[in-house]
Amino acid sequence: MAATKHTLVALVEDKPGVLNRMASLFRRRSFNIDSIAVGHSELPHLSRMTIVVNGAATMVEQVRKQLDKVIDVVKVSDITGDDVITRELALIKVHATASTRSEIIQIVDIFRANIVDVAADSLTIEVTGDEEKIESLFNLLRGFGIKELARTGCIAMNRGGSSPLRIEEKLPRFRNEKRKAP
Amino acid sequence: MKMTGAQIICESLVKEGVEVIFGILGGAVLPLYDTLPQYPKLRHILVRHEQGAAHAADGYARATGKVGVCMATSGPGAANLVTGIANAYLDSVPIVAITGQVARPFIGKDAFQEIDITGITLPITKHNYLVLDVDSLARVIKEAFYLARSGRPGPVLIDVPRDVFTEPAEFSYPSRVNLPGYKPTLQGHPAQIKKTAKLINEAQRPLIIAGRGVIISGAYAELKQLAETAQVPVVTTLLGISCFPEGHVLSLGMLGMHGMAYANMAVNAADVIIAIGMRFDDRATAKVSAFAPHARIIHIDIDPAEIGKNVRVDVPIVGDVKIILNALNKLIVSTEHIGWVQQLDDWRREHPSTVIRDSQGLLPQFVIRQIYEVTQGEATIVTGVGQNQMWAAHYYWYNRPNSLISSGGLGTMGFELPAAMGAKIGCPEDTVWCIAGDGGFQMTIQELATIVQEKVAVKIAIINNGYLGMVRQWQELFYERRYVATPLSGPDFVKIAEAYGIPGLKVRHKEEVIPAIEQAMAHQGPFLIDFVVEPEENVYPMVPPGASIAEILEEPKKEVAIWPQRSTP
Repeated sequence: MAATKHTLVALVEDKPGVLNRMASLFRRRSFNIDSIAVGHSELPHLSRMTIVVNGAATMVEQVRKQLDKVIDVVKVSDITGDDVITRELALIKVHATASTRSEIIQIVDIFRANIVDVAADSLTIEVTGDEEKIESLFNLLRGFGIKELARTGCIAMNRGGSSPLRIEEKLPRFRNEKRKAP
Repeated sequence: MKMTGAQIICESLVKEGVEVIFGILGGAVLPLYDTLPQYPKLRHILVRHEQGAAHAADGYARATGKVGVCMATSGPGAANLVTGIANAYLDSVPIVAITGQVARPFIGKDAFQEIDITGITLPITKHNYLVLDVDSLARVIKEAFYLARSGRPGPVLIDVPRDVFTEPAEFSYPSRVNLPGYKPTLQGHPAQIKKTAKLINEAQRPLIIAGRGVIISGAYAELKQLAETAQVPVVTTLLGISCFPEGHVLSLGMLGMHGMAYANMAVNAADVIIAIGMRFDDRATAKVSAFAPHARIIHIDIDPAEIGKNVRVDVPIVGDVKIILNALNKLIVSTEHIGWVQQLDDWRREHPSTVIRDSQGLLPQFVIRQIYEVTQGEATIVTGVGQNQMWAAHYYWYNRPNSLISSGGLGTMGFELPAAMGAKIGCPEDTVWCIAGDGGFQMTIQELATIVQEKVAVKIAIINNGYLGMVRQWQELFYERRYVATPLSGPDFVKIAEAYGIPGLKVRHKEEVIPAIEQAMAHQGPFLIDFVVEPEENVYPMVPPGASIAEILEEPKKEVAIWPQRSTP
């Protein structure tokens, strides 16, 4: 079965080891995770994860079910094919000389990206967008010489009012307990 | 009330109704063990190897339906539990393992006897905990027991650093758990149940495949009602054995690689399969692409991740077997499938899979059959893994619910003795027979000492053929009889037993079998019989690896069946 790109989003309890538990399910099936992005969600004590993997649809569905079985995973959904917004942030440090600097700045402007650091022989560019946009900017800059690249990995959210991660039940523990200072 | 972490653990275990703990102490758990005498309700069984503790907790849990508890110290103690935990995980057995850990300031520093046991057991536990805060200890234990026994049961590990045992904290045991990420579905979807009923009511050649889920759910009566009302024959998986009386007219016994020929033929011919509390393991399905080619498959299981995992499913129902069968039974109309049942009866006659041929030598099948005869089918049978396991599955007649305990998913040799010990401790009134191979028995033989010290009256039958028999059988059939590393020169098991303080007998001849079993039964305490059997006896029927379930190798020569007559109990 052909491998295709899948985007999974998950709400998970903010506890040590959760990432490990989830990653282990992919590792066991020799899935290569394209990207994984984790951060706080709108609910205290719950983190939101976006995982992008390549795999056959049936295998991804099997992993999704296994992820759902992880006790610390509150909800997980495969949003591939949904109407979603996906964004990623990249920092690109590109080789720049006096003669190439203005050309780079023009390209950056076209992409509505920002220059966040300037040095004698380099420019650091911050760009946000979907994967395609970042890829095309990267490809245009490649000719100047890329010194460094850092990407956050994709985060995703459904358009409109619907959310595959909405939690119906009340979560008293999360509402009443205050986040402990570390 | 202020208590130490160790007291909180003991108090919580008492609250959970724990009566027995299998374990071995060590430096990291010493404070916990030091507290144990304050809780006389908690009986501690000192095993001789931690693997035995996990298997004993497993056997205890399977026999009683309660959560089994085992304990070990940090490092090697915890690591030794791993095989037993994996075994419980694959067979969905509820156990809680409590391990000591090095004190918090030493964690992550490769301290003496430090091991990352939560990391190691991550893929083989339903959930695990490293308790860094004594205040969360009671909640963690509450959750651990709830997780272990609810939904699809499984092992849960709690790792507790040494200094958490000694730290004082306020104790109050929570009355309920709050796990937003864990909500097992119990009720089956009504529309799916309706669809299932329609399929069953319209089926021409329906077949039930029942697994351990029926036993876990305690749905014996519901299964029987479904089978009888709709006249659906029942095959079981290895772990499903004893969920449906094997003497019943509708029982076809076990399916799979070493299943009954007629059971496999039934799977191959069925037009509707109702799979209940089973997971289409490869030993049950054989070649999966050729499995049940004519059947629409209904799959009832509590674990949604099992649906569609191995086999395409036409109607999935996620939920508790007992609840679903109850709802389903209301929609089933009384039918007869005379032609189908007759066909299966013919196959059963033409392909008798559990006959014992006439032989001068002592046949292992004969030994098992005599254990059945002498115990009148009332014993709990705990098996090892390999040929002894298959013969125990074939030649004992399981009519009593939950009377076979065996390592199915992991196939752990050495499971038999500690698991039998756990089962006997859990159900002291039951007769427990441990059916061991001479290979597997030597893997956990040290628990003989535990059995003596704790006066556990298990009866042990070693099916001694001087080989790692199942592997030898594969070498014979598929590796041109190259017996590499399978011949096994065992010790004199009777002398070994005697050294441990257990009486025993060596049996080499047919006529000695029944008297020996009777002597074992008459003896108050544990008893060991070393049955020296035909060394190159094979397990039949057999589906060769990679073949479909319909391609069955049957025993070359056949004699007349000597099974008792079937009746509807």
